[in-house]
Amino acid sequence: MNAVFYMASAVAVLTTLLAITRREAVHALLYLIVSLLAVALVFFTLGAPLIAALEVIVYAGAIVILFIFVVMLLNLGNAARTQERVWLPKGAWRAPGALALLLGGLLLYVLKQESRWMPVDRVVDVKEVARALFGPYVLAVEIASVLLLAGLIGAYYLVWRGPIRRPGRRD
Amino acid sequence: MASVPMEHALVLAAVLFALGLAGLLVRRNIIFMLMCLEIMFNAAGLAFVAAGARWAQADGQVMFMMILTVAAAEVAVGLALLLGFYHHFKTLDADAAEGMRG
Repeated sequence: MNAVFYMASAVAVLTTLLAITRREAVHALLYLIVSLLAVALVFFTLGAPLIAALEVIVYAGAIVILFIFVVMLLNLGNAARTQERVWLPKGAWRAPGALALLLGGLLLYVLKQESRWMPVDRVVDVKEVARALFGPYVLAVEIASVLLLAGLIGAYYLVWRGPIRRPGRRD
Repeated sequence: MASVPMEHALVLAAVLFALGLAGLLVRRNIIFMLMCLEIMFNAAGLAFVAAGARWAQADGQVMFMMILTVAAAEVAVGLALLLGFYHHFKTLDADAAEGMRG
């Protein structure tokens, strides 16, 4: 199981390195997704299954998809189709796909082993995290909700092209 | 069987954080800069979870959820800023906004 941790770590570092050196944003996002999946596997081997699931759902599933939405949004128009063909040539998905397959193999290995083998001495499960979250940390949860509301209103205001005159606007 | 030492997980977190920081400093495309911020948030959360796993406490995972919240709010505001930036400057080069007025 330690081997799973080290292989997932290697995949995470490699894909992060590839992600920050790509020229096209879409390629970098593909590698970033694989990197986040690798870190999720690392969380699993560290005995945090809830965090592993949240990493896949929120980071790879929501945040990176938001990035992809924005990348697509900035490239509308006539050239969009040729642009997409340039972005995703036939081989572009091969390296991220191979690394994701490797992660999938590691995950299958972990799931097969798990009945006999525990990743760490003690797995901190969902129940325990929930008790901490809504016990001593309940104020932090409330503050987090206020933060999300502020993010929502801020994002809405920043993209709003309403009748407000913006002082710094040069048209 | 021995579990993974905490130091190794912390080294992984440090490497990921350094990669994110290097990318943030090197790249000039705002999308890449936001991506590197996400990498750095993720590395900080990994350090929290590793420390929480070391002492088998739930606090590290709670802190990761707080970081997740901050990252989600940050990416929403950041991408909204990015759209406004592109609308204004017609480019994603951060150096296009180096001049200030007022």
